[in-house]
Amino acid sequence: MDRIADNYFNLSILARYYPAILDGFRVTCLVAALVIVVGLALGLLLAVVRAFGLRAINAAITGWIDFFRTLPQLVVIVIIYFALPYAGVTLSPFIATVLALGAVLSAFAAEIFTAAIRSIPRSQWDSARALGLGFLATLFLVILPQAIRIAIPLLTNRTIAIIKGTALGSAVSLPEILGSAQSAMAIAANPSPLTLAAALYLLLFLPLVIASRFIERRFAHAP
Amino acid sequence: MEGWDLFVENFVNLDSLARVWPLLLQGLGLTVLLSVVALPLALLAGLVIAIAYSFRRRALNVLLLVYIDFFRSFPVLVLLVLVYFGLPFLGLTLGGFAAAILALVLNNSGYYGEIFRAGIVSVPQGQGDAARALGLSPLQTAFLVILPQAIRNVVAPLASNSLELVKTTSIASVVALPELLRSARVALEQTYNPTPLMAAGAIYFVLLWPFARLVARLERRMLARG
Repeated sequence: MDRIADNYFNLSILARYYPAILDGFRVTCLVAALVIVVGLALGLLLAVVRAFGLRAINAAITGWIDFFRTLPQLVVIVIIYFALPYAGVTLSPFIATVLALGAVLSAFAAEIFTAAIRSIPRSQWDSARALGLGFLATLFLVILPQAIRIAIPLLTNRTIAIIKGTALGSAVSLPEILGSAQSAMAIAANPSPLTLAAALYLLLFLPLVIASRFIERRFAHAP
Repeated sequence: MEGWDLFVENFVNLDSLARVWPLLLQGLGLTVLLSVVALPLALLAGLVIAIAYSFRRRALNVLLLVYIDFFRSFPVLVLLVLVYFGLPFLGLTLGGFAAAILALVLNNSGYYGEIFRAGIVSVPQGQGDAARALGLSPLQTAFLVILPQAIRNVVAPLASNSLELVKTTSIASVVALPELLRSARVALEQTYNPTPLMAAGAIYFVLLWPFARLVARLERRMLARG
């Protein structure tokens, strides 16, 4: 029992390293927030542009979506961080992680928004146009408000799953929670910093995971 | 033209690719092995969790929900680091392969458990009652009546999660397990050339793209059905 306390809940070690890990917590939150903004905004934009049905542009959008939906997140991060410098583009771990995860989220979000837009009955389009609304007015005032509502449960789950990927930034030495805990563990030769990191991840994601269950239930019963 | 030559030299360098191709194939083998071991284990664990949940024992269900949400809350990489770097301090040392399997199964059993649970809940109560009234045993009711309908209702999330699991095997590279991504990074360090990394990306894409399209189609159908 002492051994467990000494190894995993060592207070003197925690006291020494918790400021660094809290800094990591801030980095994780910041990266996650940026990924959500970039990913959802770009995803919605791609879905809206797609709704215009321009063939060449849609082929490009489909390519973007398929590319970032298919590749593992870590592979995208590693390619952006380790391969792009050979093309003369060197990015910080922070920017590389935000761009990689933002691109991945944009692909999933665009796909979900598109599916939601297409699931709106044709009659909604027809009646809005019959009432004299233009294409844009129909899209933004009639279709999108309904589509976004339909998209919310899938979108919530996917967004949470992808911002959990911020931990992957540690693989390109981004000092987020996991990365700073691992450095502390290496210096202290004691895994207590990892315990703290695990607790912080729970603190951050457990409320989101529980909330997503309620959102799913609520919207499942929506008309 | 010089820019183009430089691009080819760096990113589509066939000499370097020929040199590291066997290494990449070995890595691919390990990626496939990780997937075919972790996927059935996680599916089975998730199914057991969901079936246990359907017995509606309140205390048990609270425990199961805690398990599901606990393991859904951790990034898989964090679980892997905990298992691989944290457990040895307890005297329990796992190899990279075992640690990766354990992390993948713990995380995904939570996801699959939640998916199967939602599927079972979506089957109307009357189905179970009717099956029992017709004289089917509880086990027959579960496996012949409830589960087939439940699984059909959640095919899209099941497929989507399975694809994610296979993609997530790439995190094993972090504990130096030479799967596809790790092999590509080793090759990059040997050749000072990013072609192996691009090749690994291409291999992932070619293998997984059909499944990604399938998942997209299933999800679209699910949304259209409402």
